[in-house]
Amino acid sequence: MEVTTKSMPYEAWKDNEYIESLVKELQENGTNVVVGAFDKLINWGRSNSVWPLTFATSCCGIEFVSLGAARFDMARFGWEVARSSPRQADFMMVAGTIVNRMVPVFRRLYDQLAEPKYVIACGGCAISGGPFRKSYHVAKGIEDIVPVDVFVPGCPPRPEAMIYGIMQLSRKMKVEKFFGGVNRKEKQEKFLAEHPVPGVND
Amino acid sequence: MATITEKIAKLFPQVGVATVDGIPQFTVEDKDWHAVAEALRHDPELAMDYLVTIVGMDWTETLGCIYYLESTANHALCSVKVTTADRENPMLHSVEDIWHVAGLYEREVYDFFGIIFIGNPDMRRLFLSIDWKGYPLRKDYDEDPALNPISIESERQSDTTDTYVEMPDGKIEKKTVEIFGKDDFVVNIGPQHPATHGVLRFRTAVDGETIKKIDVYMGYIHRGVEKLCESLNYPQTLHYFDRLDYFSGHHYHHCVCNLIERAAGIEISRRAKVIRVMMDELGRIASHCLFMGTFCMDLGATTMLFYTLRVREQILDIMDKTCGARMSFNYECIGGLMADIAPDFVQDVKALLAVLPANLKEYDKIFTGNVIAKNRMEGVGYISKEDAVAYGVTGPSGRASGWACDVRKTHPYSIYPELDFEQVVATEGDSMARFKVRMREIEESAKILAQLVDNIPEGEYCVKVPKVLKLPVGSWFEMVEGCRGTFAVYLESDGQTKPYRMKIVPPCLPLAAAVDYMTEGQKIADLITIGGSLDYIVPDMDR
Amino acid sequence: MQDLSFITDWIHNTLRSFLPGWATVTVECLFIGVGLLLVYALLALFYIYYERKICAAFQCRLGPNRVGPWGLLQSFADMFKMLIKELISLNHVDKFLFALAPYLVIIASMMAFAVLPWGNGLQVVDFNIGIFFLIAVSSIGVLGILLAGWSSNNKFTLIGSLRSGAQMVSYEISIGLTVVTMVCLSGTMSVGGIVQEQSDLWFIFKGHVPALIAFVVYMIAGTAETNRGPFDLPEAESELTAGYHTEYSGMHFGFFYLAEYLNLFIVSGVASLLFLGGWMPLHIPGWEAFNHIMDYIPSVVWFIGKAVFLSFIIIWFKWTFPRLRIDQLLSLEWKYLMPISLVNLVLMVLIITFGWHF
Repeated sequence: MEVTTKSMPYEAWKDNEYIESLVKELQENGTNVVVGAFDKLINWGRSNSVWPLTFATSCCGIEFVSLGAARFDMARFGWEVARSSPRQADFMMVAGTIVNRMVPVFRRLYDQLAEPKYVIACGGCAISGGPFRKSYHVAKGIEDIVPVDVFVPGCPPRPEAMIYGIMQLSRKMKVEKFFGGVNRKEKQEKFLAEHPVPGVND
Repeated sequence: MATITEKIAKLFPQVGVATVDGIPQFTVEDKDWHAVAEALRHDPELAMDYLVTIVGMDWTETLGCIYYLESTANHALCSVKVTTADRENPMLHSVEDIWHVAGLYEREVYDFFGIIFIGNPDMRRLFLSIDWKGYPLRKDYDEDPALNPISIESERQSDTTDTYVEMPDGKIEKKTVEIFGKDDFVVNIGPQHPATHGVLRFRTAVDGETIKKIDVYMGYIHRGVEKLCESLNYPQTLHYFDRLDYFSGHHYHHCVCNLIERAAGIEISRRAKVIRVMMDELGRIASHCLFMGTFCMDLGATTMLFYTLRVREQILDIMDKTCGARMSFNYECIGGLMADIAPDFVQDVKALLAVLPANLKEYDKIFTGNVIAKNRMEGVGYISKEDAVAYGVTGPSGRASGWACDVRKTHPYSIYPELDFEQVVATEGDSMARFKVRMREIEESAKILAQLVDNIPEGEYCVKVPKVLKLPVGSWFEMVEGCRGTFAVYLESDGQTKPYRMKIVPPCLPLAAAVDYMTEGQKIADLITIGGSLDYIVPDMDR
Repeated sequence: MQDLSFITDWIHNTLRSFLPGWATVTVECLFIGVGLLLVYALLALFYIYYERKICAAFQCRLGPNRVGPWGLLQSFADMFKMLIKELISLNHVDKFLFALAPYLVIIASMMAFAVLPWGNGLQVVDFNIGIFFLIAVSSIGVLGILLAGWSSNNKFTLIGSLRSGAQMVSYEISIGLTVVTMVCLSGTMSVGGIVQEQSDLWFIFKGHVPALIAFVVYMIAGTAETNRGPFDLPEAESELTAGYHTEYSGMHFGFFYLAEYLNLFIVSGVASLLFLGGWMPLHIPGWEAFNHIMDYIPSVVWFIGKAVFLSFIIIWFKWTFPRLRIDQLLSLEWKYLMPISLVNLVLMVLIITFGWHF
């Protein structure tokens, strides 16, 4: 199955092996016809309606503003409905450095996102700490704090790279399974089990 | 001005007088410090009314502070060095009652060096959490991450603050003060909030819609740049300066390069100087454009953002072609520039200058003339000239209050003395004035660009600089005019390839401190207006 | 002019022929309910797309254009997603009121749909106090917003809902007064009656100056009623995150989102009913041929076309003006709009008494 989006040839994507292996893993047990059709509909909805949370800590946030502006116009893809309340957003573009003091706030924002939720680590700082990695007050990448779906390198990444990153995320959503089966969500649950929120017992 | 040293020497014979980097420096004992400060501030001839910064220092045996002062009347600079030998329980006297902005700067020094200031009403840590162990900028700081681990647990929050008061008998007593009243309705605005322009946090006590008090919390993007600089050699430190105030990357680079070149005795070519100034002014236009857009968006007029970003994109294209990046340019380097300008640089700048006036007119028509915008901005967030100086509100925000504080005019650097441009000053001191000052500054920047665009001299863009750059022992202080105000760097070298201490003086830190003063009694919506019109950049104040 | 009541009459008679009276009414209610729901959902989705495209045009952008032809399916995708998005259950909230609030908001806007004159003969009920009923039910919405803000146990939502309460209660006065002004001119409160009164000339032309003033006041107050910019203080993004619905997720948020757009439609629908003749085509006295041609355009198109046009104006406001501050907002209403509408009412009464209208 070739997973792609409108006006983007399959060969133009960079990491097709990854998505192919993901599809293979998800379809190992076969798919029910009816459930599969529902899944397709839901995934069509989800992957075409990706609302970001307005979250930015530093430089990358300004490029995210440029992404919304007329030149790069993320509204074309329906991503312009940036919600300020995490309860209504679908994904979090972690644009900027996350420092020690910000970590609890950042994790809380992630916990406040409604399922299904996704995270894009945008820029060197979010991926690894970037140029500030050696600092006494910087988290060395956000992977230890929240599960990350897509990494967009750059310092800061160009808006084109951000568009590509969100398209990759939307492509990942396309192969998800809502009804049963293996799901990306399982990984997330495993992650959250390993990184529990203190003081919250469900 | 020779009288300042004479005057102080006459008034306080015990004070040591020297000249460091062309600026008179007084070495004062802590017990005399408050009296000396009074004299410096209130003497009608000296009138050192603007505290530029307090540089916390750790000279391994002693801890101390270097205060940089400026007189707004004649722009004379001086510095004062106060030290304490006590490393266990270091204490100095606060000058918060003399220069208001000192209150915040002293908190910063306390946070980094653990020096307690007697008489400062609010002795909390500024950037780091209250449970942070150690003082990071001390030379013996233990950087073991196990001491201060990253935790997803919410940090401890205190509703009280400490203050150290000197009793009449000379004893120091610690007192605890409540930040908010018992019945205050406190709303937490930030750190993740659409209008704080980054991760700044205001704890706001409100009475209905009216703001009673704001307690500003910073440090949500404190990356420890000053400490990082101490472990890198001079050319390497440069790249952090793009990421402080990411709109003033060129200006900040300009400052550090000027400083290091002066310290190392490197003379750069005129071509490099001209291009640096042009990049500064292009950056200023781009930054002010974004300011107008985001400010209007804060007020609810989203569409304006898209119109102003149009011009910004055009400038980013010019930068992109020459510097190879849309942001974080890293273009200026020690000795000149990283690369020569792109072939169509001149042509692009001319194209920009051609469309700029029409665009500015459009912005004026859309927003400035709008009756709602006028009502929202006029008279909101008023700050007088005296208060602007006392709070250290520099840049366009200070100039809107009538304080002529443009470093390009007061302490001219590079080729600015040769250029014909005006310092934009308004007297209203409200949000509207701050908006208009920036608008007119775009015109002035365009004027500078127009003078230079056809006169870029031939020559090499970068002179030869030794591979391993060592600075002589000494200290230097350099100021430039960033997009948001006076940006300065203090550098102390011990003769090695790495700086012994690099103190960054961000223009945005005092702006945030002034928010509490300016919003008192105003509405919640005005907090957004005032914050927007001050145009602070959080990574810049947090560093 | 086509009277669409023949369709409804035909359905009624067919059902009546093989069903008892009570069953006919039940089946008809079901039909109407399903029909309204469909129209409701489709209109809301259209409006979301419409606003996004207009906003993009104002901002020199393209707007949604990837999902479906010209991005037409974008709001459908959004709805699918919203339907299956998690409904976060919160601790420390009043669970019942928290869950009730979005339904109150959406029911209020839905009930207003019942009396809108969709077309000639296409109206669910034609009360003799239809316009009064409209004002009454639309006030329920504010209750939902107040509940949402209070029950969320969040300071932002509380401030948002308090703002909203103050704002809506104030602006309802202006709306009420302008409606009374127009009722004076029409002489009836029945929605059908108001439309019939405008068969020769729309009220905005008929009542000349006072009607024009009433129209302007109504449009301003109506924009404030729907919590849209420049009066979007209850959900002012840059001040209160997302205002009263900050804590709502998934479809509960979706209800607020849809209701916002439907209220926009209702406000412009009522404006077109009161000032632009509802479904009544444009008639100019003396121009028989022109009037005849106008009659060929179906009445449904007239009504929806007018409403959509007026919505365009309201959307235009939003993407042009900065937001007002709460004190300015209230002083605009109490110091300007309300006195103006009161004087306007007197003026209208004078005009009617002396027969100065057309």
